[in-house]
Amino acid sequence: MSSVGLIISLFIIGAGLLWLLILSLTGREVERRIVFLFIGLAVSVPLLFNITFSERATPIVLDVFDKLEDLPPGSKVLLSYDYGPSMAPEVEPMSNAFLRHSLAKGHKLYLMALWATGQSLVATAVDSIIKREFPDKVYGEDYVNIGFKAGGTGVLNVIITDFRKMYLTDVDGLDLDSLFIFDGVKSLRDMDVLISIGGGFPGVKEWVLFAGAPGNIPTAGGCAAVSAPLLYPYYPRQLLGLLGGIKGAAEYESELKKRYPRFETMPTPGIKMMGPQTLAHLVVMAFIVIGNISYFISRRKRS
Amino acid sequence: MRRTVPLTITFIVGTGLILSVFFPPFETVGEDFSLFFDIIAVFAFFLGGGNLLRVHGTRIQKKRRDWGYSFITVAGFFLMLAAGLFKLWNPGGITADVTAPGSLFQLMYNWVFNPLGATMYALLAFYVASASYRAFRAKNSDATILLVAAFIILLGRTPLGFYATSWIPDSFSLLQIPNLAIWVMTSPNLAGQRAIMIGIALGVVSMSLRLILGVERTHLGVEE
Amino acid sequence: MEGSKRLSAIILAVVIALFLVSWIVKGLAISDSGAALWFSVRDAFFITLAAFLTLAILSFLYKDNPYYKFAEHLFVGVSAAYWMCVGFWSTIVGNLFPNISESLSGYFDVPYKGFNPFYFIPLILGIMLLMRLSARAGWMSRWALAWIVGTTSGLNLIRYLRTDFISQVSNTFVPLLVDWKGVGPFFSDLSLSASGQFTMTLANWVIFVGVFTGLIYFFFSKEHKGFFGAASRVGIWVLMITFGASFGYTVMGRVSLLVGRLTYLFRDWLGLIS
Repeated sequence: MSSVGLIISLFIIGAGLLWLLILSLTGREVERRIVFLFIGLAVSVPLLFNITFSERATPIVLDVFDKLEDLPPGSKVLLSYDYGPSMAPEVEPMSNAFLRHSLAKGHKLYLMALWATGQSLVATAVDSIIKREFPDKVYGEDYVNIGFKAGGTGVLNVIITDFRKMYLTDVDGLDLDSLFIFDGVKSLRDMDVLISIGGGFPGVKEWVLFAGAPGNIPTAGGCAAVSAPLLYPYYPRQLLGLLGGIKGAAEYESELKKRYPRFETMPTPGIKMMGPQTLAHLVVMAFIVIGNISYFISRRKRS
Repeated sequence: MRRTVPLTITFIVGTGLILSVFFPPFETVGEDFSLFFDIIAVFAFFLGGGNLLRVHGTRIQKKRRDWGYSFITVAGFFLMLAAGLFKLWNPGGITADVTAPGSLFQLMYNWVFNPLGATMYALLAFYVASASYRAFRAKNSDATILLVAAFIILLGRTPLGFYATSWIPDSFSLLQIPNLAIWVMTSPNLAGQRAIMIGIALGVVSMSLRLILGVERTHLGVEE
Repeated sequence: MEGSKRLSAIILAVVIALFLVSWIVKGLAISDSGAALWFSVRDAFFITLAAFLTLAILSFLYKDNPYYKFAEHLFVGVSAAYWMCVGFWSTIVGNLFPNISESLSGYFDVPYKGFNPFYFIPLILGIMLLMRLSARAGWMSRWALAWIVGTTSGLNLIRYLRTDFISQVSNTFVPLLVDWKGVGPFFSDLSLSASGQFTMTLANWVIFVGVFTGLIYFFFSKEHKGFFGAASRVGIWVLMITFGASFGYTVMGRVSLLVGRLTYLFRDWLGLIS
């Protein structure tokens, strides 16, 4: 199905591009809605045919994976959901993969959010992933959801020295001291790794600036593609690794599937999205080429 | 009163937070100042909601153009507010997590807020594609460099790049497009971003100093 | 005018009819999977609603229209209330009440931490911030704003200086000959292997020269002529590569969001894909 789908998709996209090229060569203006329709088709058709490709993790993604892998079971992993609907399709696969990896490895998971929208996403993740796929994990012992606090960088500045000053309770109003998972945990400095998933403000950058670097705590990130290039100056000294956009999520998912047989059948939205993504990239590149051909032809005519 | 007090507050809070980094006894002061900031931030959310009601309430009251849509905004606002403040349909009652699965608040997040927000940003895919076709021109050498870098990334961040250049031997593996994309990201992109980052850091530091010392006062508005 | 009104009414009727059909069909599909009647009706309604709201936003691609405006205005109202509610429960109930009132803490079932008069500072400043809504007492919000500005400045000054300035300058001083084993071994292996000595050395040169020339480009106090001009020119090239990479990633991000929404429509709503 996938290879037939790929051929059909490529045929439809190729025919459309050829038509655009002919229109451009003849100097005719292409209506913007046609361009919109075309990009819609370029994404929809491969999606309907479920076209997928194999992925290989790049070093910057492997660094995060290996960090979680090399930590002994029972290590403390803090996962911060710093995103909302505007980024969810590309970063949610990352947070789900981190969640699965940490729990499968036996780490203790601390879930929180610097974005209000993150609190809803944590609730969904706990309900749809932890409770369903890891029924043996006990709330308050293996994982905890402390939710959102307003203030962003102000929150980080408090919890880097004292969790309990900022978070008196978890999201359900349970005192942190009553939760076994918080025994011996005073601040962020007691965490073995901090992972922020986001792409806006506050996000990975703020975790590096206000927690990772001043506290000398290993920090990793997963972020929307738009903000990924901005974070490279921190890698590898201030940021141990980074998942940039859906490609980073797909690479992490592929590594997880490769190394953990139990995840062979897990949902892999990242890998699935890379099919339409690939063809859409192809179309955008073709648009640039066709646009430039038409530009050079018109320039030559003018001169 | 209207200027001196705010300038004094900014000076005390800013200085306290800087001192808290260098002197451990000030650490608690730094925590408290940050915590109070976090609480005030919530009032800023309330201010946003209040302002929204004021703007749209005026539009409804004066029956300005498209006032019907303002009614939708106000209705959506109050429905979500009621669902959240009274924790309607929340399986755990008033003490449970406001975003508990099954609560009206979480349902509205999942099925109204989330699709609207995500689609709003998804629209940009069409405009980026359209801009690629209409505006992305290799007019000069600078634009051509930008275009080539974009091509390397667009190809290198998909399996296409791997399939297209996997035949290149390992001794020239840098020329394989995925590796070239990694190299672009971790070398020239890193250098450019770092230059920008250093520039921004200097700007932030100097602006912070100006604000703490009261040299920069534009945020306080004009003198009344 | 009359014709366009009639057309709008017909379109609205079709949209409502399609919504109802979708609701019923989806409800039947969910109830077939063994869900209780109430959950089938509720979930089918919300799935259909989300799909129609998605389509309403996408309809803007054709042109601005009432369905898009409806969705846009709904989004604004819902999102403002969302942030308010989560902020109230998490920080006001979670941090303020336990430090100022035992009865309020008891009412909301959060652990009372003892009366702390200092917590009236953010409470009073917060109320002063709300005075912004009043034309007469608007000036009072400046006090709260001053606290916000002071905190942001105090927090940013040290962190940016340490991590985005000092650390970044330090990170730039990289060895310009990586893994040096002598002249002979270096020149005998000039392969472009991704992890080769030559490639790594080249990368470090690009980082060092790129940061240096990039900064020169942003330095406007001296005219860009001679060596300075040439270095600034190289800086522009480095920045162009940076912007090109950012463009590539932006395309990737935006397309991902579109794929996400279309996946919802095809999978969760229409059931066309698994």
